[in-house]
Amino acid sequence: MESLTFRHTTKKPLAGSLPNAITGVVASGNLEILLERVLPPDACEIAIETPIAGYGDVWEAVVADFVARAQPGGLRISINDGGARPDTVSLRLLQGARLMEA
Amino acid sequence: MAGDRAASTDPDALSWYEATARQRVVALADPGSFREVLPPTERRMSPHLPLFDLPRAFDDGIVVGRATLDGSPILIAAQEGRFMGGAFGEVHGAKLVGLLRAALELKPKAVLILFDTGGVRLQEANAGETAIAETMRAIVDVRAAGIPVVGLIGGRAGCYGGGGLIAGTCSRLAVSEGGRISVSGPEVIETNKGAEEFDSRDRALVWRTMGGKHRRLTGGADAFCADTVSAFRHAALDLIDQAPSFDLETLEAEQARLESRIARFGDCRDATDLWRRLGVNDPETVPAMDTDAFAATVARIREADHDAR
Repeated sequence: MESLTFRHTTKKPLAGSLPNAITGVVASGNLEILLERVLPPDACEIAIETPIAGYGDVWEAVVADFVARAQPGGLRISINDGGARPDTVSLRLLQGARLMEA
Repeated sequence: MAGDRAASTDPDALSWYEATARQRVVALADPGSFREVLPPTERRMSPHLPLFDLPRAFDDGIVVGRATLDGSPILIAAQEGRFMGGAFGEVHGAKLVGLLRAALELKPKAVLILFDTGGVRLQEANAGETAIAETMRAIVDVRAAGIPVVGLIGGRAGCYGGGGLIAGTCSRLAVSEGGRISVSGPEVIETNKGAEEFDSRDRALVWRTMGGKHRRLTGGADAFCADTVSAFRHAALDLIDQAPSFDLETLEAEQARLESRIARFGDCRDATDLWRRLGVNDPETVPAMDTDAFAATVARIREADHDAR
């Protein structure tokens, strides 16, 4: 297993007040994403556990793109990966942010 | 709580087979009533899977908690068939056993178990086997306390291995066409007995031997529902009301039912032979029947409904 953690500073907090949400399932080509509103409003931390080692650069790029698009300030995001492709990861992250905004 | 927000979907349109465990629970229970115990934020994950370099799930593949169903308090557990085939590991099993034991104190109207499992998780097999035994014992205690335990089966993993054993101890079972109930799965039988005995790639054979229609016709399941969450909800409400009392009389009736089944059908080579002997006029048409046509067929079969189990 490979553990990756990325920390970002955002321009604004994510809208909404939901304390947490989860989306996705740990299955082949899929992943689960747990989002918790527990950090300062301009901080976002994304921690990933993946059985597929060696793709740190790809994760970093996908996460940076998500942070730029969603501005998920205040969120600690925890990922259990089942070998998802980058596009699936990206969609799940945006889906998770949308759930938290509800 | 996390589970409440996982999905907002219409129970009439949501396919049971396609839905996740969380979606099933949230859509099955009264809106907004589900309260999860040990939610994902608690991170009660498997202590064993990291040894095998395998990914874990925050809920270890089972969602448990309390809710209301038509206003009555229930306890509910749902297995996630897509995480490791919904298999029983140590934490997964402990969550189900804990929920059942809590029923003895909380005295809900019923406990619902949404099975979706291949059986025991091989990476933590000893703990998983123990969990199966503890679950069956806990179900017996809950039923003896007068609380019905109803199993709902229609997920992609089916209900196999120890899950099939547990299902056999429930008060009542509802199944959909996609659901399968058995102990040894198709691949297990083929591996041990050869493809001549059971060809696991023959999907029609698998479904007519283990599928929902076969289980319903023989009384192995007590309700057959369409593949929607609302159909399972209606079935659960009906079955809670029809649950037999758990006493010596019921157990003796179950023993007699099973003895008569093996005596009547023990020499059948295929499910269609069995259906013909049950009195189904044109057994070859059963797999293609829609839910209404199948319900009409079931209504003519004496063995499909019984007071046993």
